[in-house]
Amino acid sequence: MNQLVESVVHEHVHRDDVGAKIGMWLFLFTELILFGGMFLAYAVYRYQYGDFFALASKKLDVFFGLINTLILLTSSLTMAMSITAIRRESKKLSMLFLALTIFFALLFMVNKYFEWSAKFSSGIFPGSTELLNQPKGIIIYFGLYFVMTGLHALHVLIGMVILLVMFFYLKSDVINSDYYIMLENSGLYWHLVDIIWIFLFPLFYLIH
Amino acid sequence: MGHGKNHIVNYSTYIFVWLTLVTLTSLTVTVASLDLGFLSVLVALGIASLKALLVLLVFMHLRFDDRMFRIFVLISFITLLIFLVLTFFDYANIR
Repeated sequence: MNQLVESVVHEHVHRDDVGAKIGMWLFLFTELILFGGMFLAYAVYRYQYGDFFALASKKLDVFFGLINTLILLTSSLTMAMSITAIRRESKKLSMLFLALTIFFALLFMVNKYFEWSAKFSSGIFPGSTELLNQPKGIIIYFGLYFVMTGLHALHVLIGMVILLVMFFYLKSDVINSDYYIMLENSGLYWHLVDIIWIFLFPLFYLIH
Repeated sequence: MGHGKNHIVNYSTYIFVWLTLVTLTSLTVTVASLDLGFLSVLVALGIASLKALLVLLVFMHLRFDDRMFRIFVLISFITLLIFLVLTFFDYANIR
């Protein structure tokens, strides 16, 4: 009886993978506008305080930025491969790629911790007396730096949690070779976080 | 689409795109050490846009998905571009 009910219910499960994907993209557009507003603020202030921005950006360590860029790019690779793996019905490989993605996300945060610690210990953090004694352009640059990379780091943290949930869904076969839209949508989110960083890296670390 | 066997991207395609992204990253770092003046902003943003495009098309599957998604994304980026350009109509005359 129970089995019968279950099979009947199963056949009537409403599923709309395309709809789910459209929903995810709509959410990503709100993210784009959220960060877009900040990029707009950056552009206007850079236009007004170009010389100070050039001066301040030299205080950032390109090495940290570069390593984190490579880490995120690689995490995007393993994320994409995880989806290919589950669609080819290799669950173990998919879990491995996803675990690697989460590991790279963690590595990114560890790197960020060391980078920010170094900044804090040299007296550069929002509202520090050292920073407030600087010209206005430098204060604005570091304000944007901490808010934008901070909000991005928050997205990485949230991404880690989402990917961790996906990992257990994979493990318990909730996500499988037929039903993988959740993994795809999580991947879309993860790649967006990567794209944001692709722009943050040159704007803050490279352009002097 | 979700039920159908739409395109499964090969590992090798992803690895090729990743290699391109890493190459572009080292290119942008190298170029930044040269002093190109105003051009350096354009070059850096150009390379970043190219990288973002690769991620969107291949990693985010836009190339293989329904055309509707590409139009969606295009419209949202154009919207953002309009914000940027119109804002600078205000600021261009101030300095």
